[in-house]
Amino acid sequence: MDILNLEGTEDTPKIMLDKGNGIFEISGRSLPEDSAEFYQPVLDWIEEYSQDANPSTEFMFKLEYFNTASSKLILDVLSALEDIDGMSIMWYFHEDDEDMEEAGEEFSELVEIPFEFKTY
Amino acid sequence: MKYIFDLHKTMLENNLILVYEGEFTQEITKSVLAMAERNMDSSGEESAVKRKVFNVMVECLQNIVKHADAVANDHSAVFMIGKQDNEYIIISGNPIMNENIDGLKAKIDQINELDKDGLKELYKSIIKNTEISDKGGAGLGFVDMARKSGNKLGYDFPTLDDKSSFFCLKASVARL
Repeated sequence: MDILNLEGTEDTPKIMLDKGNGIFEISGRSLPEDSAEFYQPVLDWIEEYSQDANPSTEFMFKLEYFNTASSKLILDVLSALEDIDGMSIMWYFHEDDEDMEEAGEEFSELVEIPFEFKTY
Repeated sequence: MKYIFDLHKTMLENNLILVYEGEFTQEITKSVLAMAERNMDSSGEESAVKRKVFNVMVECLQNIVKHADAVANDHSAVFMIGKQDNEYIIISGNPIMNENIDGLKAKIDQINELDKDGLKELYKSIIKNTEISDKGGAGLGFVDMARKSGNKLGYDFPTLDDKSSFFCLKASVARL
């Protein structure tokens, strides 16, 4: 399956989705002008991955900042991941960033996927 | 040329560290954010405060980009940041059609009545049920601004003409 690899920019996150190497990562800043358009390839990739997923998947979110339009799309991403067996979320937040920690907790309450919280 | 000095004085008197007036786009948003971030970095602001100010600024700026009504060929809006000893003030102003005022007021009043937990619940109920609008918004901007600000949102709607008004929005973020 193709690797989805997008370099991060000042308003879009880095995306690395690599089934073969078991790397699933969204990191950086997310405040694109059109969040639905930006995240569509991610949702499409997950849709294809879900057809033949690895036995277990650790999906990493390491976001420094995301705007409200992105938060809706992040929930869409999590909802798409929810149906995949063996899925778990690694939610990273900067050690003094309570808002990012709380955001992760809220997402974890909205979907049925185990979350592990880690600081950096 | 007196207005130059007057404007300078007004900015100093109100502790405005950044004022932008004109067209608002994603590119302008990024530039304004970068300037404000540099300003906060160079003054050694606490990272928690910087993050909250950045957060409120993004929602405020993207609100204007997405929602400012085109009124009588005038698309211009204003954005400013004030820095007091105890807080940052994030202010925006943009034209709005009069028929949209009541809905906007009701939305902000509802948010201002909620405490921290009430805002969290409102946020979660909106994000679960919302769809991204044609304009690209999730309907979460004001709720998020209120949450990150930790204070009530201020607003005013001075009249432009019989069809339109100028929507002024003010949020503050406490400095530690």
